[in-house]
Amino acid sequence: MIITKEKPIEEIVGYLEPFEKILVVGCDGCTQPPRGLREAETYGSLIEMAFDLKGKNVECTATTVVRQCCNDGVKNWVKPDEYDAVLSMACGIGVQILTQVFPKVPIFPAQNTVFIGSEEKREGAMYEMCMSCGDCLLAETGGICPVTRCAKGLMNGPCGGCVEGKCEVPTYKKNWKGEVIETVKNDCAWYLMYNRLKAMNRLDLFRKYRPPRDRSISMHPRVL
Amino acid sequence: MEAFSNLMKEIKAGNFVYTGELEPHNLCADISDVVDWANTLKGTGKIIAANVTDNPQSFTAMSSLAASYIIQQESGLEMVYQLRTSDRNRMALASDILGASALGLKNILALTGDHNGLGNTPGTMPVFDLDSAQLVDLIHHMVYEGKDLQGNEVTGKVELNVGIAGNPNQVPLEIEVLKMERKAEVGAEFIQTQVVFDLDVALDYLDAIEHIQVPTIIGIFPPRSYGQASFFDKFVSGVTVPKSFLDAFASFKEIEDKAKRKEKINEFNIDYFVNFVKEIKKKKACAGCHIMAVGYPDVIEPIIEGAEKA
Repeated sequence: MIITKEKPIEEIVGYLEPFEKILVVGCDGCTQPPRGLREAETYGSLIEMAFDLKGKNVECTATTVVRQCCNDGVKNWVKPDEYDAVLSMACGIGVQILTQVFPKVPIFPAQNTVFIGSEEKREGAMYEMCMSCGDCLLAETGGICPVTRCAKGLMNGPCGGCVEGKCEVPTYKKNWKGEVIETVKNDCAWYLMYNRLKAMNRLDLFRKYRPPRDRSISMHPRVL
Repeated sequence: MEAFSNLMKEIKAGNFVYTGELEPHNLCADISDVVDWANTLKGTGKIIAANVTDNPQSFTAMSSLAASYIIQQESGLEMVYQLRTSDRNRMALASDILGASALGLKNILALTGDHNGLGNTPGTMPVFDLDSAQLVDLIHHMVYEGKDLQGNEVTGKVELNVGIAGNPNQVPLEIEVLKMERKAEVGAEFIQTQVVFDLDVALDYLDAIEHIQVPTIIGIFPPRSYGQASFFDKFVSGVTVPKSFLDAFASFKEIEDKAKRKEKINEFNIDYFVNFVKEIKKKKACAGCHIMAVGYPDVIEPIIEGAEKA
């Protein structure tokens, strides 16, 4: 799933300052946490309140589409003609599809698209698992991705920063105010790989020298 | 493989070598005091080469290429130019390797480097286009095959001996052994290790990697104070300091007279590390000792002299 995180409301209010009638478009696709109609409505109300506090009257209307990354679906379902601006609840792809389909309408993102990840449990922590590098190595690495899950993306790890199976580079969990509430010590991907390959009696795969990756495969923007 | 450097020639001749450490300061354009330290190391007559760090702990310092050249020119001491992949892609690394060879540097230590997020510029883009094993591969290709990893031809001779960093503190040690085997396969010529305080850790390591037949230089750090010793124990990834060692330094802290305290600390360091070096010297895989005692000249000569005495 594509993991997104709401932008701070102040940032969005900043973008929407010149407008009065705003269409908030949800997405029922793979965005996680959900960013559908209910979230679009809640977001619309929050934006109205934020402008209200500034003494400005703004009207937000919510709608949603099955997948904001599909040109035809967006064309058929989103009707932005009566609005000054559109706020997208989708990932960065959804925002750009809206921009492509409605070239004259100002379109803004409500989310930061963070990563392609997995959820620990429903509404639990989310973890980055794949960077869509275009050259999947999982068959050779015990099903653990060093490109994404090693902070350095090493092909021949671990580095000296692997201590007791943990990575030297911490991740910080922050609250809605942006304050650090927890320092997370990530597992060293190469340590996980070592344990898994050892259990599979395939340490030959761990020991194997891997030459540099061909970065041209993941040069942006890609077309398929 | 050829010996281009004095360091490699000495190792090949079977002589036990001593190397030192030089660290250009963070964001400092002046390295005159680092040159002074290199002169001190050279003055001992025992240190054959010294490493010049490359943005250690991901704090910005003068280019290790420029610093290595300046220090080697001004002090006459041979440098081990450290190069990390954290900040440069494979093109920039190849450029620097060509430059290093042209500037007369003879040793290069191929490192991955600490993650950029841990240093003084956490917002920067971490590069890691290559890792240290791939950097060894690149250098080896340039020196012995006259090509880069893409197969592009290199004109002129690149003459460098390439070393790697070892980590005797890795648990389980099997991970480290497999890594060293990998790097030996792509052409690593010598190993310099992370600091070791615990003699047993060093001895076990030397036994575990003996079969890869890459000469190994064990890193030591005689601390000047209890604070330094406990810093290694607490904050340096993977390094543990034996309790008896820490206890001894804790007891020196109680000595109020500064000169006396210093004398006691020096005595302890000399005694401890002379024995340490004597023991590691007995191992077949051990080619030398890397003494990281930056700004602490008092103990370097006595440790080497003591260790060299039969």
